[in-house]
Amino acid sequence: MTTIFSSPLTGCAGLLAAWGLIGLAGLLRPASVRFAGRTLFPLGAMAGLALAAIAGSSLLAGGTEQLVLPFGLPDLPFHLRLDPLSSFFLLLLGASSAGVSVFAGGYFRQGEGTAPGLLCLQYHLFLASMGWVLLADDAYGFMVAWEVMALSSYFLVTTQHRIPEIRRAGFIYLLMAHLGAIAILLCFGVLQGGSWQFTFDAMRAAHLAPAWAAAAFLLALAGFGLKAGLVPLHVWLPEAHPAAPSPVSALMSGVMLKTAVYGLLRVTLDLLGRPVWWWGLVPLILGLFTAFYGVVFAAVQTDMKRLLAYSSIENMGIVFTGLGLSVIFLGAGMQAVAALALLATLYHCLNHSFMKSLLFLGTGSVLHATGERNLGRLGGLIHSMPWVAWLTLIGALAIAGLPPLNGFVSEWLLLQSFLFADRVPHEFVNLLIPMGMALVALCAALAGYVMVKFFGVIFLGQPREPSLAHAHDCGRLERLGLAWLALGCVLLGLLPFQVVAALGAVTRQLVGAAVPQAASHWWLLAPVPGRAVSYGPIIFLAATAGVVALTALVVRLAYHQRVRRTPAWDCGFGSLTPRMQDTAEGFGQPIRNIFQSFFQIERELPAPSDRTPRYRIAIADRFWRTVYEPLGSSVQRLASAVAFLQQGRVSVYLLYSFVTLIVLLALALFA
Amino acid sequence: MRPEDWLTQFIEIVAALAAAPIFLGWVSQCRAWLQNRRAPSLWLPYRNIRKLFHKEAVIAQNASRLFRLAPYVVFGTMVLAAAIIPSMGTRLPLVVSADAIALVGLFATARVFMALAAMDIGTAFGTLGARREMMVGFLAEPALLMVIFVASLLSASTALPAITEHLATQTLGLDPALAFTAVAFTLVLLAENARIPVDNPSTHLELTMIHEAMLLEYSARHLALMEWTTALKLFNYACIGFALFIPWGVATGHIGPLGLAVAIPTLAVKLALAGGGLALIETLCAKLRVMRAPEFLATAYLFAVLGLLVHVMLGARG
Repeated sequence: MTTIFSSPLTGCAGLLAAWGLIGLAGLLRPASVRFAGRTLFPLGAMAGLALAAIAGSSLLAGGTEQLVLPFGLPDLPFHLRLDPLSSFFLLLLGASSAGVSVFAGGYFRQGEGTAPGLLCLQYHLFLASMGWVLLADDAYGFMVAWEVMALSSYFLVTTQHRIPEIRRAGFIYLLMAHLGAIAILLCFGVLQGGSWQFTFDAMRAAHLAPAWAAAAFLLALAGFGLKAGLVPLHVWLPEAHPAAPSPVSALMSGVMLKTAVYGLLRVTLDLLGRPVWWWGLVPLILGLFTAFYGVVFAAVQTDMKRLLAYSSIENMGIVFTGLGLSVIFLGAGMQAVAALALLATLYHCLNHSFMKSLLFLGTGSVLHATGERNLGRLGGLIHSMPWVAWLTLIGALAIAGLPPLNGFVSEWLLLQSFLFADRVPHEFVNLLIPMGMALVALCAALAGYVMVKFFGVIFLGQPREPSLAHAHDCGRLERLGLAWLALGCVLLGLLPFQVVAALGAVTRQLVGAAVPQAASHWWLLAPVPGRAVSYGPIIFLAATAGVVALTALVVRLAYHQRVRRTPAWDCGFGSLTPRMQDTAEGFGQPIRNIFQSFFQIERELPAPSDRTPRYRIAIADRFWRTVYEPLGSSVQRLASAVAFLQQGRVSVYLLYSFVTLIVLLALALFA
Repeated sequence: MRPEDWLTQFIEIVAALAAAPIFLGWVSQCRAWLQNRRAPSLWLPYRNIRKLFHKEAVIAQNASRLFRLAPYVVFGTMVLAAAIIPSMGTRLPLVVSADAIALVGLFATARVFMALAAMDIGTAFGTLGARREMMVGFLAEPALLMVIFVASLLSASTALPAITEHLATQTLGLDPALAFTAVAFTLVLLAENARIPVDNPSTHLELTMIHEAMLLEYSARHLALMEWTTALKLFNYACIGFALFIPWGVATGHIGPLGLAVAIPTLAVKLALAGGGLALIETLCAKLRVMRAPEFLATAYLFAVLGLLVHVMLGARG
């Protein structure tokens, strides 16, 4: 043991192997929920914590370490490498998966789709493959890990494979995952630059012509953007993420999307090395559009998990915006600002992994307690599920970008890097950046709308269905998982100085500069030198809490405490029923009206004479009809055009072989 | 930070708490005069708050803790907001912890808690109010942020006191970018404080009300806090406007008794004028239909973005 943990890299690799073994142990008693849930998943969570600890200490040390494993292809063994970038993402993986794994230990029940032991194997394989993606130091190992990640998550998505919609969602996911993988494979093909060496070291050393470098960047953007749900490559995400069991949705949204960010960062800022400024425009514009598109769609969803999936699209849009900004600044030679934008990007990744995992797990508890995913049939759960409600509230406030929680910090940093950008040496960019800033601000405000809808409709108000009276709070393991993630949201919000200092190693590695910090104030975030710009969340919280407590105290001392409980007043109407509250459709109505042109809306309105009036509204993504359906049908047509070759008779196939042979012989003779 | 800075900070908070209801009373008084009505007393909001504090709190049976917590949270955020807006002096110790972006975040926090509390009882009016408030908010918030960004770009800082100090030392004369944003800010102020033409603070008509719909289930001390918060919010917005567009008269150095002696009357004069202007706008405008409110706010947002673009283009030329 001492030899394995003597170096951080072997420690990480050992923990990934441990995840694999824990998964395999699930097969010992495949039908036992108790064994998998009470023993294996908590063990996996501990491995996650250990991974986070090792990766965190390696991040602080800031060193780089390489290792060649004695297996893989004959002439290309697996290379592993632990540098600040991969340490950071491993930290993210370990820390947020720890919460998810603990929760999963209490979540899975008997008789739901896949057997628990098998599920445990798929789950831990998924975790281990994500870790391997982050550690891989050669294209071959990276692609193998990437594919294992896609396949294991495919099986997890289709856990409840008896439901046709879930099978369909899984199929779309698998298809899109492979399209993305092809783009990444081609990108690596370009990156090796004629040397046919597929280690990342060789790619770093290769010198590419500008056109080829741009091609590699765009291929990487397509491949990783597909995984991250960048519009217009996002259509699989709102199908696949909600279809999976909630802990798996949490992992997919919280962690797997970040591997795409990791991949793009690795290719753009590490393997390619010197990005050209205009490359950044592509992720910037796509990211802004994605963020806006995602949040507008999230506001009109009626299924709570789909709402969260669209919110993930929004957040990935914000992440890509920051990334694009960073590349533009780096290309323009402004390393200090590039570091700030990159910092915002990384910080938002970390934040989102905690917030979104927390929210997805919260919906999982609600789903288990009520069996309902439709927002319009929930309500009032804060009374029967206080733990889930209050912990989810923290996540909702955080993702709405409210201070002093963590979502605000990364948005603050991103806005600061936008503000800093008033001197890029390209006029066009100078005009574009204020527009980007305006869009980011709009998205942040809309995220607040979405989260009020999400939390308010599920947990507040009156129960919309009588069956909700029997809802129960979640179990102890689930509470622990939720509390861990909520704690993460609070701490990441309150201690930004420490996080920024730890991220310095990553920005130094990628853009050659770190965001300076005045070390005298450990409680104050002041990332822009020479400008009076600072944010101190601890004082902020202390001041707000102080005023709140003082007010409560003064009110308590100075006035009486008499409280009377009565039925709700409701302007004296008297006969208040739960049906009078806004449904999810109702709450999204203003957004639907304002952004009508974004949606493809199907309305079914009642006529005045209807005895049983019915109101139905369905909202679909325009991209399905305008891009994907034509694409699918043209592929279908092409396939049926080729199908005439497939006669199904042996003699015909023999004829093909014969003709091929003749042609080859002819070529050999005359060439 | 010197002790007198903490004193300024303390005086600012107390002054905001004390002056906010009077400012609200002043606006109502001006409105009444302009509309040929007999004006209510300047102290009416105070009496109202005092009366409410004495009453017994009536709370709906299915109210959760969130409902009772929200008034305190909303009040607390608004007091902190008052603390970081330089209404009298610019050397405010609390400002290091929260710049102008955090100030917008504070307003957003207050709004979200208010909307959540309104949804908590589950009445038709409550959710209606919450929905409309969030609709107004999601457009007003980025518009306010853009307004602040223009000022931040002009003065190379996002801390409000630094912005005020910078703008106060400029020669008299309006930057074109600031002219656009001043219009945007006025529109945002009207919308965010539930004034005509977006909302009407003096009716409870279900077709149109936004802010009042959220408070319907509150009573007694909770309602008193909410009312006080409303007054504070208007006061805060007015002070942001002064800080950005008419910063002259705010004490910029370490403040002494003399500085305060100038700053307090200046603030009072500005408030009196702003209150009159607000009453005039409210008298001249008609209430918009609720579904027209997004257009109104989109105008504000566009004005603010235009201001930003004007700043960038002028900066590029100069």
